[in-house]
Amino acid sequence: MGERRVAITGMGAICALGQDVGEMWSALRKGHSGIAPIESLDVSSLKFRNGAEVRQYRPEQHFDPNRADLLDRFAQFALLAARRAVQDAGITFEPALRENTGVVTGSCLGGQSTQDAGFVELYQLGRGRIHPLSIPRTMANAGASHISMEFGIAGPAYTVSTACSSANHAIGQAFRMVRSGEIDLAITGGSEAPFSLGLLKAWEAMRVVSPDTCRPFSKDRRGMILGEGGAMLVLEPLDAARARGARIYAEIAGFGMSSDAHHITQPSVEGPARAMLAALGNAGLHPEQVGYINAHGTGTPGNDRTETRAIRSVFGAHADHLAVSSTKSAHGHALGAAGALEAVATILALREGILPPTANFTEPDPECDLDVVPNQARPASVECALSNSFAFGGLNAVLAFRVHNT
Amino acid sequence: MDDFVAEKAISVLASVKRIPRESISLDSSLESLGLDSLDVITMLFELEKEFQISIPDDEARAVRNVRDIVEGVRKLLAGASLESRASAD
Repeated sequence: MGERRVAITGMGAICALGQDVGEMWSALRKGHSGIAPIESLDVSSLKFRNGAEVRQYRPEQHFDPNRADLLDRFAQFALLAARRAVQDAGITFEPALRENTGVVTGSCLGGQSTQDAGFVELYQLGRGRIHPLSIPRTMANAGASHISMEFGIAGPAYTVSTACSSANHAIGQAFRMVRSGEIDLAITGGSEAPFSLGLLKAWEAMRVVSPDTCRPFSKDRRGMILGEGGAMLVLEPLDAARARGARIYAEIAGFGMSSDAHHITQPSVEGPARAMLAALGNAGLHPEQVGYINAHGTGTPGNDRTETRAIRSVFGAHADHLAVSSTKSAHGHALGAAGALEAVATILALREGILPPTANFTEPDPECDLDVVPNQARPASVECALSNSFAFGGLNAVLAFRVHNT
Repeated sequence: MDDFVAEKAISVLASVKRIPRESISLDSSLESLGLDSLDVITMLFELEKEFQISIPDDEARAVRNVRDIVEGVRKLLAGASLESRASAD
């Protein structure tokens, strides 16, 4: 079987910008940011105060209590996003389809807040025992497993954990399986729920979290802001999507990976550049066909400078004709969910012809001299777009998307 | 007091990077001592524990050499002792 073209026919998302794709996109195109004082826990002992939390989230509205007992917040986000994506795609899981459907999710931390709460019971409160559901709630594949169980999906299902690249690596794996013909449908994306005191303290010690907000590519940027949420895509062969009259948001045109082989946390220029080139090559695209890049753009001094150099090295003179924005300024850095939320933003940018801005931007930085779409969304008809994810550990994953003209 | 801070800071640095104390002077740049970003945050973590201070991220980012560290720690210690005097009053 030759390689098939791969369409995105369903999307679901939940993040600080809203509890569905519509709310998220509406906030993105207005340049709103979901970054606000952290409310879900006492942050008085932390050096930073702000995060991008999902507000007014009520698990009982989505899960019956017995089900919720088994679901850490990160798995709830995965399942909720998957439900919406499946509904959005109008899929009915007939028996034959179930065995030909795959689930690939990304998560950096798994159910770390369950683990954190268990350790409080054990070490701080001296209770001497841990809740018996801690292991199934904490395991990083819980999201993939619950999606599989909910829909009876019996094909390949697994979870990829590559820190901040997790969701892009996951989507890339699902894309490859659909493209090669190994499966006929995929649910793929990522989810994360990083707000526990133990984890926030660990991020504080790394000294990369901004004391105010996330200002990617801005000269006065002071670091990243942690976010939470989840997003899932439904992927299927383009021909099959057309045949069943599905709405096609866009195509995934290619996927590229690389590793820096350099340093466990410091980014390099070469690794990300090779991943972008690999994605272009895999998609059969010329650099000039790319009009938009959803950047990794964490808002740390190091990443944004290095990413700018990597983009310049790949695109040469065309870098001055590219729009590059970081939507982490709006939905925060959702770690293992980041690439999935950014895929949604990138897909809608192509479909709607509107580029989401880099929010909170104040001052140009000569070291980040790209068109970063500051603060205001921009109408633009773009043929192809990349979405970058570069993880701690030097593991890079870049998705290439192509607009679908009906 | 001054020598005490410098001595201790150099000890912390030597132990974090596992290098001889004698190889470190006030004028040594962190780069020349071979410290990368993770060595720096580990060093700051140990300095905070040693001196019972909290080093703000922005000040930490500006540190280039051993003298910057020693002066930064002195400043924070002076601030802390002012605070404790104020609270004692």
